[in-house]
Amino acid sequence: MRFVDEYRDAGMARALAAEIAARCEPGRRYTFMEVCGGHTHTIYKHGLEDYLPETVTLAHGPGCPVCVIPMGRVDDAVHIAEQPGVILTSFGDMMRVPGGRGSFFDAKAAGADIRMVYSPLDALKIARANPDRRVVFMAIGFETTAPSTAMTVLRAAAEGLDNFSVFCSHVLIIPAIKAILDSPDMRLDGFIGPGHVSTVIGCEPYEFIAREYGKPLVVAGFEPLDILQSIHLLLGQLAGGRAEVENQYARVVPWHGNRVALEAIGKVMRLRPHFEWRGLGFIADSALGMADEYAAFDAERIFDLPGIRVADPKACQCGEVLKGVLKPWECKVFGTACTPETPIGTCMVSSEGACAAYYDFGRFSRERVREATRS
Amino acid sequence: MCLGIPGELVEAVGDQCDLAVVEVSGIRRRINVALLADEGLKPGDWVLVHVGFALSKISESEAQAVLDLLEGIGQAYTDEVDALRESDIS
Ligand code: SF4
Repeated sequence: MRFVDEYRDAGMARALAAEIAARCEPGRRYTFMEVCGGHTHTIYKHGLEDYLPETVTLAHGPGCPVCVIPMGRVDDAVHIAEQPGVILTSFGDMMRVPGGRGSFFDAKAAGADIRMVYSPLDALKIARANPDRRVVFMAIGFETTAPSTAMTVLRAAAEGLDNFSVFCSHVLIIPAIKAILDSPDMRLDGFIGPGHVSTVIGCEPYEFIAREYGKPLVVAGFEPLDILQSIHLLLGQLAGGRAEVENQYARVVPWHGNRVALEAIGKVMRLRPHFEWRGLGFIADSALGMADEYAAFDAERIFDLPGIRVADPKACQCGEVLKGVLKPWECKVFGTACTPETPIGTCMVSSEGACAAYYDFGRFSRERVREATRS
Repeated sequence: MCLGIPGELVEAVGDQCDLAVVEVSGIRRRINVALLADEGLKPGDWVLVHVGFALSKISESEAQAVLDLLEGIGQAYTDEVDALRESDIS
């Protein structure tokens, strides 16, 4: 428990760690999945696993939006960027994601006009300023960013902009959780639910997890104490034989989500029948495309896309990492061929990817544990 | 991109009801507040900003806690604030 002192609320953390240990049934093992990459980041950054009893394991989930973009999708985007007059815009996180033919950075170096933006509204501004160019926004992210894309399209429509479109690659968290629950190689006892996604969708969409799969889920905040508290709540449910959805992050997440955001998504986007996730394969009803009413803003309909499918590199085990079956360091190329500078897999690209988070902080934390046990 | 950055509302942008000026980590930027239309936002309120949109209203103490957390994560936060600094929403 020696690292707990680093926390602002050291006393609280110590007490929670003790209570977590006390709530564990002797001889029983627990595996909880934190769905969201932000949580993965906090867990490694603060070495939270070191505070848990040996019988409690955290599995990292698929909630890093950059990590789940398949290679072929990157290649399709590069294909769009190579068309005459196109400016492709994208969040900074996307720039290093490897496709079959390299990353956005590689395409940019080869002459494509690819620009990083902070917000889809910045992309809209580029479109206004360049009426003779075709500006495409590569839209990625879960329900946290989908409303922003939807609102931006509504704005473009209201302004009558005809040189702006979206390459819509938004994915949905619920089908991903369901795919993991249905996957035969995963045994989970409960979920640490995503914080920011839940501000949009609320807590109700998770209820089937408790009802149909009998697994508890606690929507959690991002501070170390939030995560420890959520694990404590999960253990409390299991000890009482309950499976419910609880909201540990009620100070930010409203139970019913954000009405305006959901309406904007519903208006501009439609559910895709299926979508390919990196490492997880095709998942039914798991992503958003543009609604017919907004076809004029749909890059997929404006540009003739090759629809490239590229198999993940053989060495890459991102799929297993994204499902929580493998820990990052168990991947054969982790830290050797695959590093944040030269990522082979997507989990190494974004700071919210499990591999990158572990690379940045995990080894540090493990070394500290080793030191601590030595002294 | 997934990071929500806390910002304090400074003022509404005159003729555009969807936009407001927030102060985030010492810089002032315009963001879109339409997703919080139900919240009756006013200057002095704190919001979590995702990719240029305020997504939730939070208390000042929560904002401070989030800021502490973000500053602790280092590079990813610096990158996000740099990206925001470049942003010029209108
Ligand atoms: S080390 Fe690289 S290839 Fe292996 S799972 Fe992580 S990101 Fe994928």
